[in-house]
This record gives sequence, C-alpha cells and structure tokens, in this order.
Amino acid sequence: MVKRWIEKCYVGLVLFLLYAPIAILIVCSFNASKSRRVWDGFTFQWYIELFQDEAVIGAVRTSLMLTTVAAIVAVLLGTLASIGITVMGQKTKQVFMTVTNVPMLNADVVTGIAIMLLFGRFWNLGYFSMLAAHITLGVPYVILNVMPKLQQTNVSTYEAALDLGASPVYAFFKIVLPDIMPGIFSGFLLAFTISLDDFVITYFTKGAGMNTISTMIYQQVRRGINPKMYALSTILFLLILIVLWIANRISARQVQGTRG
Amino acid sequence: MNKRKLLAGPYLIWAIGFIILPLLMIIYYGLTSPDGGFTLENLSAIGDSIHYKALGQSLLIAFGSTCISLLIAYPLAYILSKNQGSKKDIIIMLFILPMWINFLLRVLALQMILANTGILNGILNFFGLPSQHLLYTRTAILIGMTYDYLPFMILPIYNAMCKIDRDLIHAAADLGAGSKLIFRKIILPLSMPGVISGIIMVFVPSISEFAIADILGGSKILLIGNVIEQEFSLTNNWHLGSGLSIVLMVFIFISMAVMNKNDAEGEGQMIW
Amino acid sequence: MSKKPLIDLVDITKSFDDTCVLDDLNLSIKENEFLTLLGPSGCGKTTTLRILGGFVTPDKGNVIFDGEDITQVPPNKRNLNTVFQKYALFPHMNIEENIAFGLKISHKSKAYIKDKIKYALKLVNLQGYEKRMPSYLSGGQQQRIAIARAIVNEPKVLLLDEPLGALDLKLRQDMQYELIRLKNELGITFVYVTHDQEEALTMSDTVVVMNQGYIQQMGTPEDIYNEPENAFVADFIGDSNIIDGLMVRDELVEILGVKFACVDKGFGNYKPVDVVIRPEDIILGNPGEGSMDGVVSHLIFKGVHYEMEVMANGFEWLVQSTVAHAVGTPVSLRVDPFNIQIMNKPESEDEKAVTPDE
Repeated sequence: MVKRWIEKCYVGLVLFLLYAPIAILIVCSFNASKSRRVWDGFTFQWYIELFQDEAVIGAVRTSLMLTTVAAIVAVLLGTLASIGITVMGQKTKQVFMTVTNVPMLNADVVTGIAIMLLFGRFWNLGYFSMLAAHITLGVPYVILNVMPKLQQTNVSTYEAALDLGASPVYAFFKIVLPDIMPGIFSGFLLAFTISLDDFVITYFTKGAGMNTISTMIYQQVRRGINPKMYALSTILFLLILIVLWIANRISARQVQGTRG
Repeated sequence: MNKRKLLAGPYLIWAIGFIILPLLMIIYYGLTSPDGGFTLENLSAIGDSIHYKALGQSLLIAFGSTCISLLIAYPLAYILSKNQGSKKDIIIMLFILPMWINFLLRVLALQMILANTGILNGILNFFGLPSQHLLYTRTAILIGMTYDYLPFMILPIYNAMCKIDRDLIHAAADLGAGSKLIFRKIILPLSMPGVISGIIMVFVPSISEFAIADILGGSKILLIGNVIEQEFSLTNNWHLGSGLSIVLMVFIFISMAVMNKNDAEGEGQMIW
Repeated sequence: MSKKPLIDLVDITKSFDDTCVLDDLNLSIKENEFLTLLGPSGCGKTTTLRILGGFVTPDKGNVIFDGEDITQVPPNKRNLNTVFQKYALFPHMNIEENIAFGLKISHKSKAYIKDKIKYALKLVNLQGYEKRMPSYLSGGQQQRIAIARAIVNEPKVLLLDEPLGALDLKLRQDMQYELIRLKNELGITFVYVTHDQEEALTMSDTVVVMNQGYIQQMGTPEDIYNEPENAFVADFIGDSNIIDGLMVRDELVEILGVKFACVDKGFGNYKPVDVVIRPEDIILGNPGEGSMDGVVSHLIFKGVHYEMEVMANGFEWLVQSTVAHAVGTPVSLRVDPFNIQIMNKPESEDEKAVTPDE
C-alpha cells in the first residue's frame, strides 16, 4: 500500500511540474502589473486590450487559417498516399516511407531552412511557402496514423461490397472510409497540433511582415512580452479544455451506445 | 497493375517538390561558395572553434535532456500502464495537454520561475536556502528542453508498455519469476521499442533547438541551432548555414542509426 | 485410479464489478487425474483456473494444495504451471530461452537445463527448434512449446486454459492424443478448461460441467453423457431431446400423453420431471409398431449417420439412425427403458441457473 502511495505521489509531482508554468501564465494574464514579478491586483485589462489589438488578432487569424488549411490538405494527400502505399511492392514501399519519414525525423531547423532556400531562390517567401512547409510537415503524421488502420481493415469487407454490386468508389466511401476514419481523425489532430505549435519552420518560411502566434511571441520575447499574450494563451488553453471535454463526452456516449 | 497505386501520385509529386528538392538545395548551397564554385569549406567550417563548441554544447545538452526525460518518463509510464481503470484516458490526456500550449509561452513561464528573483528562488529563500543562479546558464536550457519534450518521451514508452500482453506477465509469474525479475526479463526488453522512439523524439528536436536556448540562455550560450539560425537571420551567409545544416543532419542520422532505426513505426501515433 | 485429493477448492466466491462469477464453489481434484472444466463462455471455468494459478484472488474461500492453504500465495511461489490460451511465449526470447525461463529462476545447473530442454522438445516432438524465435512457429508448434515450457519445471499440476482453441480441427484432434500421451508419460495432474464437449469427453478422467458459476455435474465422461443430472448438462453435452414428463410411479413415466417404461425410481408419484432421450437411442419402425407414431419432417445426411426430425404428438423429436426415412414417411418411435433419463425439474433459484442459455 505504501508503494501505491509513492506511485501516486510521483505521478502527482510530475503533473505538478508540467502544469506549474501554465498556472503561472494564467495567473499573469490577470495581473494588473505589467511586471512579471509583482502582483498588482486582479484585472481583465489584458483580455480587453487583446481583442483591440489588430496585430494579435491578425496573427491568430493567420495561425488558424494556416493550420486548418495545412491539416486538411495534409489529410487529403496523406490518406490517398496511404491507400497507394499499402498496395505497393515491398521495395517501393520502403523507399516511399523513408522519404516520408524525413521531415518527421529531421531537425526542424534543417527542414525549415531547406524549404526557405527553395522558395527564396526560385519564388518568394510568403503565405504559400509557409503553407507548403506546414503541409510537408503534417503528411507523415497522417500517413503514420492512417496506414495501420488500412492494414487492419478487413479486405474481405471491401470485396464483399464489390461482390454485392458496389462500385469501387462507392465501396471505398461506404466501407473503407468509415473503417479508417479514426486514423484519419487522429492524423488530422496531430497534423493540426504540430502545425499550430510549430515555431522553427514557420520562422524560416514566413514572408516578411507576416506573423503567426508563435513568431509573434518570439518577436515579443526579445522586446519584452506584453501580458496580452498570457491572456491569449489562457483563452486558447480554455478552448482546448472545452474541445477535449466535448470529445470525451461524445466518445463516452458512443461507448455506452455500443454497449446498450 | 493496381490502379490504386496511382493514389500515391499527388503526394509523390509533393514529396519530390518539398522534401527531396529542398534537401538538394541545402546540399547545393552547402557545397558551393557565394561565387558559385564547388567547395568543402562550408562543411569543414564545423572545425572552427565557435562552431564545434556550439555543436559540442548542443550534443551535451541534448544528451542530458534525453537522459533526464527518460529517467522521469520511464517509471511514470510504468505506473500509468499498470493503471487500467476507467480514468486512465483522462490521466494520459493530462500529460499530453501541456503540448497544446504554445511552447514559447511555456518556456517564458519557466524563465519567470528560474529568474534570479523568480519563484524558485523565492521558495528557496523562504526555507532559508541560498538563491541559485540558474537563468542564462546551461542548466536552465537543460531544464527547459527536458520540460518541453518530456511528453514525447512518456507517450511512446507508455504505448509500448500497454501493448505488452498481460498473459506474458502472468506466464512469467507462473514460471516462478518475482516482480523484479518480471520487470527485468519481460517488461524492460518489451518496452525497448518505445524507449527508442522516445529517445529519438526528444534527442532530435533538442539537438537543433534554438528558441529555448535564446530565451533561457539569453543569447549567452550558443548552440548549433543558434549558429545556423544566425547565419540566415544576421550574417546572411546561406552557404555557411547550409554547410553547417548538412553536418547537423549527418549527426542526427548517425545518432538515429546508432539508436537502431528499425523503429520508425511506433512514432507519431499518440493516444488522443 | 482412485487417489487422495491433491487440490481442494473450498467455498470459493468471486465477483467482478458486482457480477458474481463463482458462487460458493467446492471442487476436489485428485492426484494424477485429467480433470476438465467444461462449460459455455462466462460459466466461471477460466476464473476457476486463474484462481488455481494464483492470478485471481477469490473474494471468499480457500485453495488447499497438498494439505496447505495457498489462497494468498503469489503465482511464482506455486508448484503448478499454466499453459495459456494464446500460448504467451515471450516474443523476445528464442525457444531455448523460453523453456529455460523457469529453470534459470530456480537456479538449476547449465547441464541440467540443457538436458531438460532436450528432453522437453523431444517430448513435444520439436527437436532442433532451440534457436528459433516464437513468431516463426505455427500455432500448433507454439502450443507445444508452451507445454514444454511449463512441464520442464516438473509441476505437480499443469493448468491448461483452452489450449487448443486457436488450432484447426485436424491439428486439434492430433493434439488431443498428444496431451493424453503426455499426461500418461508425466504422471501429473492436468486441469483443463474448454468449452468443447468433444474435447472434454475424449481426454478426461473427470469432467466438471459448469454454468453461471455453479458446478452442474461432475463425473466420468460416461456418466456425464449417459446420465446427465439436469437439463443443462443434457443439452450442453451432445444432442438430446429434453421433454416435459410426468413420473406416474417408479419405473413408469408419461411423455406427451404416452406412458413409457423406464428404470428410474424414487421421484414420487405424479411428479413433473424433465425427460432426456438421446437421438441415437430412438428406434424408428413401421407405424403402429412403437410407442407413438409420427411423420419425418427433416432429413440430413451427417456422414456416420442420418439425422432426422420426426413430428409426433406435438413434439419435434431429434433422431439419429443409420437408416434413412424420406421426409413425409410415417414412422413409429420406440425407446428402450434404460435409455430414458429422468431428471428433477429445477425448483430453487440456484437450480434455475441450469436453464441452458440459447
């Protein structure tokens, strides 16, 4: 029993260390003082200013647009590629997977610089270079999540659909797609998260004067950060909590539904 | 011939355009001088003391943060994998959640904690202990990287442990193994794929990271990531920056080969 | 064969999440016997085995092994070994290391271990497989390695959890003979769990039929088959006709309005009972020659015999015979008195648990 207690304490301690900085961010977002060291009373001032700051709102919009479009394109490319790769021969498959793994395993600095060099040399850096980089980064994660689902999918259900007169396209949308949907969904989430949290690759591939949330924070870090950023992160944190809570409720209900 | 192969076509074109071509660009720039002639100087520049010191520091800090993450994450993953109760998904979620907060902001919060007049020293002083000078030291960068990448170590190990069939553990007990022996002979070897994924997922980003070093090292400590970044943002020497990038890439792929690369599969598949 | 009891399960009760899996189970296992726990899924047979192995601790009751209470003894300290349903071979060790696992723990000498591995592989007919990895073996081979790994430790009891469930029919039949041979060669107690009645009847000295956490009947395979004690056992073991009957007096039972002579006594007069008649025990004849007349409604050829359904007195009788009668043929039914099995109807709540779940 002592062992159980020690284990619980250990889990609690690690959680505490992980969340302490986040708690500080949230506290600071309500601190009336601009200084990070003094508590000067509770305020909503930063939240109000946040919504009036064009630059911040612009960065949030750019981030969300970029991330959403990148994740969607990555899912389309990645899912199609996964289907293609599963029917490839062993050797072609290996070459394909090796190339796919490069952006995931390589250092972000190198990936960022490489894409920057390509665009800097032949086109311009701008929204499209940034988008291309984020898509490139996201596809491997989609493939990694969809491929195992495709391999698990019972081939005979697809063949059964064909046998019952379905066209391949119809069979794909009615039979295969629902089966691999969880993989596509987690691939999308992962691509979305990686892209939203990315700083390094965005930093190198963004055009002049453009900012995502990450690059804006990095700029401010050098000049002294505005507490508006704490307010922004608190709002984002709450949004994520709500989304997760809803997702949890939905999946809980699904589990109940299948049991009942 | 299977027509379904063609579905990989769009991504094939994409991969050639945005994975292979950019890498060729880096190699091209890295092997040429600004006037266009072939040269190995950009590669051999790693021999300059400022460069190899930066690389050395990076390796040291990356190695350190990987080790510390592993030491923290392994027992944690083990404890969590034993708990198969109804709340396990929520608890795992708690360990993933911090990754959704922008990492720069989290590092910034760490800066507040570690500062000379920061929270940590406040607590130390409260207990009558001497203040520690942490911020803008290598230790601060080490703490920052460990903090940032810890979830990447926890998840693959946890997943590997959950995959171990309960009956294997029962079988070992049945054959007379006590809990220590079960851990050493069954759980440890079977969780190795997760450990390897975790090491790669922490080591690779931490060896090339420059933003954390910037914030917690206060530009006083140059890592190889910072050096490369400055070649592009300050000195504008793309050729030297590319040359150093090639060296860094080679280091990463060597360390991955050492880590037994056969384990690319478990990565990136997290529990959501 | 009669030996002293080696294992006694005393008043074992076990619940999972408020569902009672075992209720006051008492079971005695004799030395050197092949005992099979037989029942449908969820009947508690696997839980019983896991309690024996030490992987599940009962809520109440005791496990007595060789005169010693081992209820709280962890699995690694028990002198019995388990063959797991999906073999549970350690995937990162080769065959030799798998088999040597238990021996190394008990600090046997290198020479001893080597000999034992050789002996065990010979016993299961897999000589020369020492260096292979488990994933390169077929299901049947993995199964035999799992058995080898367990028996080298010379346990007094070998627990087998549906070990043949994942094998195909032919292999399963071969392995049944293997297991009987092994048991005779080793001279140890086998406790075997299965839902396959044929497996149970073929291999066992004693069969324990379980359902919903209760032992329904325990006896030799012949007893269980020929004299099922209740409708559940009759229905679960082999095919049978289970009909409501009325015990008129000793040695006379009324079924569907017709009186049949039987050999059972002591049920009382005019008492409702369940009557079991095996399909192979019904003798078909020309109309008027038997106890009741009917018409053949279905006919299937089954290889060794024909299986027919005969509609007579409002009941569809299942009949097996080597002679076929075409559908629509009028026939008569006759049963020898000793082939009629009389059972009490369930009365208490407990006994209702025996209702076969379809």
